[in-house]
Amino acid sequence: MKFITATILTGLLSFISGIFLPWWGIAPSALLVAALIHQKAGKAFLSGFAGVFLLWAGLSFWIDIKNNSLLSRKIAEILPLGGNSLLLILLTALVGGLAGGLGALTGSYLRASPKRKQ
Amino acid sequence: MKNYCVYFLSFGHITHAAMRIFPFVVSAFITSGYIYLFDHSFGPLPMAPGRFLSPQHGFWQNAEAENYSFNTQATFSGLKGKAEVYFDERLVPHVFAENDEDLYFIQGYLHARFRLFQMDLQTRGAEGRISEIAGKKAIPYDREQRRLGMVYAAENAVKAIESDSVLKKIFDAYTNGVNAYIESLREADIPVEYKILHFKPQKWTNLRTALLLKMMAKILSSGAEKDLGYTRAKSVFLPEELKKLYPQINDSLIPIIPQGTSFPRPASVPALPADVLQNYFLKKDSVATENLTSENSNNGSNNWAIAGSKTASGSPMLCNDPHLELSLPSIWYEMQLSSPSCNVYGVSLPGSPLIIIGFNDSIAWGLTNAQRDVKDYYEIQFRDSSRTEYWFNGEWKKAERRVEVIKVKGEKDYLDTVAYTVFGPVMYDHTFQGIQNSGLKKNLAVRWIAHDPTNEALTLYKLNRAKNYEDYVKAIETFGCPAQNFLFASASGDIAIWQQGKFPLRWEGQGMFIMPGKDSSYLWKNSIPFTHNPNVKNPPSGFIQSANQRPVDVTYPYYIPGTYIAPRGIAIARKLAAMQKVTVRDMMQLQLNYFNVVAEDARPHLLRYIRENDLTEEEKKYLALFKSWDLNAMPESKGQTVFQHWWDSLKTVLWNDELNRVSPPAPMPDEQTTLELLIKDSALIYTDKMNTPEKETWSDVVTESFRKAASALKALEQQGNLTWANAKNTTIYHLIKDFKGFSISGLDVGGFGNIINAIGHSHGPSWRMIVHLSKPYEAYGVYPGGQSGNPGSRFYDSFVKVWEKGEYYTLWFMKETEKNSPKIKWVMKFQGKN
Repeated sequence: MKFITATILTGLLSFISGIFLPWWGIAPSALLVAALIHQKAGKAFLSGFAGVFLLWAGLSFWIDIKNNSLLSRKIAEILPLGGNSLLLILLTALVGGLAGGLGALTGSYLRASPKRKQ
Repeated sequence: MKNYCVYFLSFGHITHAAMRIFPFVVSAFITSGYIYLFDHSFGPLPMAPGRFLSPQHGFWQNAEAENYSFNTQATFSGLKGKAEVYFDERLVPHVFAENDEDLYFIQGYLHARFRLFQMDLQTRGAEGRISEIAGKKAIPYDREQRRLGMVYAAENAVKAIESDSVLKKIFDAYTNGVNAYIESLREADIPVEYKILHFKPQKWTNLRTALLLKMMAKILSSGAEKDLGYTRAKSVFLPEELKKLYPQINDSLIPIIPQGTSFPRPASVPALPADVLQNYFLKKDSVATENLTSENSNNGSNNWAIAGSKTASGSPMLCNDPHLELSLPSIWYEMQLSSPSCNVYGVSLPGSPLIIIGFNDSIAWGLTNAQRDVKDYYEIQFRDSSRTEYWFNGEWKKAERRVEVIKVKGEKDYLDTVAYTVFGPVMYDHTFQGIQNSGLKKNLAVRWIAHDPTNEALTLYKLNRAKNYEDYVKAIETFGCPAQNFLFASASGDIAIWQQGKFPLRWEGQGMFIMPGKDSSYLWKNSIPFTHNPNVKNPPSGFIQSANQRPVDVTYPYYIPGTYIAPRGIAIARKLAAMQKVTVRDMMQLQLNYFNVVAEDARPHLLRYIRENDLTEEEKKYLALFKSWDLNAMPESKGQTVFQHWWDSLKTVLWNDELNRVSPPAPMPDEQTTLELLIKDSALIYTDKMNTPEKETWSDVVTESFRKAASALKALEQQGNLTWANAKNTTIYHLIKDFKGFSISGLDVGGFGNIINAIGHSHGPSWRMIVHLSKPYEAYGVYPGGQSGNPGSRFYDSFVKVWEKGEYYTLWFMKETEKNSPKIKWVMKFQGKN
């Protein structure tokens, strides 16, 4: 449950950060969520990754449909991804997802480990 | 965890509770590192991947939804009153403003809104600032631009423009309009090319508008001279050979001004310098370099006008198709501009106010390039390598020095000192030798008409508002460079043409070669008087045509060198002379005409000379294609492919041995010259190869060149590319040629530079326009591009298919009363801030 909540929250907060902050706003967003909703490092990373991955994949996919893939096909030739729009969406989501995951991982260390025994 | 513990314990004083700090620090470090890395460009591609891919900031934001609305309402402090822009379904704006300043403010705004990257890049290119974007590999290009005096020329132009109070207001308003758009840009809105190349748009200035106009001057007038090449040719050819290889007038010329027109008595032509024979005409002195960038000499165009006496309707028609490098975004932006002082429709140049080619309520006008040589070189003798003083009129004269600061991406600034003489900037010297490491020992100053403070914008301003022939003549008087054939037709029934520009009054032969720069005797002195420029009004033939040929025949009393192109003019004049009761449909067919007049003239002679017995069966097959060809360069023609390969091969086989005696090679004689020699000079000495003991004849040249062409044809055929469209592979490149995804190739079109429909590989009719000055007007046009410069917009290339098919759009000359027309798809409303 925590995992899903964190993932959704990361996506939401990242989207809002995108309106006010440069692209890297996704990393502090994921960090904040991971600090608030505490999970083990690995899980935190995954939910941060998934949150931004899904957000960026969803947004770019939506834009791409409305645009009839006009631009994505051209960019995917320049990059070069063989003109494949879906690969470009995947790459987009991966780049964003990694920033989200790393942000969340960092955030997860802000709290003491639940396993820790004094 | 355990390893960390061991590591930390070794410090002895780290507590157990702090164990989380270390992974936090490491992870924070990696995260920031990742962000930093992806916020900058790395690897072979220039973009910053994080910024670039972000769907809320990067390129995705440039992907325009198919149902995107261009409706806008905005308030700008730069506007005085209200202005409205009505976009039709092709995204052509029809601008209505309450005064001229607002009109050009809005034009600037719209140019920036739809073509910002293009204007920004082209003016940076003009100014020699490509290294800022592309890094040090562009330094030689930037140096050449600056050493040609592009910025100096633009500064002079700004002085001329700003000394005219009306023009100054217009230029200021245009600049403010561009900047109003740039200031309104959010990061996400910046054109996608900036995001790929990772730089930012730069503020507009009047100087940048002038730079853009100078770039046009360079494209159109800088390729019309071959002074360096002719100087090399002079070192190996005798004077009479030079006349034969590079004649001023071809026998087959059909000039713009009809033969038999009488010309005024010439103004006094300057005397030849006393030392002209030994120090100029007979001086064998090679110059082992060339310009780094050479302009395409096919930058030609067609225009013609038909008087009412020759049209079906009784009203005149005007047609124009300027041939330029085809690009995406297109060089042209179509629009209608309406204010209380003017109502004009046509194409504009993003980066400059006003309409360049078009029509208004009373007249229509079109342009073709004059091809006149208005750029000469002078050899300068400096006192020493510091290049601070040069020998002039018997004494050491101080050179002015201009330090050019070239900013280079990722490196420190490159400083280049350019010496300015009475002739102009010293373009080439030991620090900058043209072709790199050419070993040039000379200092060459360049004198170019574009350096003079002439006022081309004033011409356009007046032409946009001209009501009749008198207004038109007054308008073009100030036009200096690049010289154009201004074709004119009025609703009141006049047709006319003037070849207008500022032309030096030369003595015979002046400026064909590099000239001595030791004194004032070789300087340009006066210009040809304006009224003596070639012109004709309402000729008895009922039509006027121009297609980059020499404007006049031998009876014109001035020496006017240039890089003239004869074939299209011949083809057009023949066709027009034969037409009666001309309709718009006829004019469309003529603009799209694929008939190859060069091949028509050459074919009987090629077939007369070829030794068919020497050919293999396979070669004979290609010859058969040529023999049965209908002489039209259609997309599917194989005969045209055979002819063009043969013809190119023939020029090489015939001339290369002579031309390659100097390095770089002497200029190739032009196509019409070779053709006339083939037809008329059966004993031409140049058919003999210099390096063989045998005496080769035309038959040898024609046969050998055919066999060479046949092997290239075989390769084409094996790739399935023997049809002309495939062999030529017409491509419209994006301004950044490397961006393959933004370009369109493989267009199914025929034609070639020497054919009326002059489509080459990446060059051709950049705007086809036909205006029938009937009541009401009928106007048609199309250009191979689209109104939006955004590759993510459906309007990026929306006209290309129509242009490719040879179809036209009906141009809608909107009336102010039509503001509720269903043709209007989007509206932008602007007003001033009080």
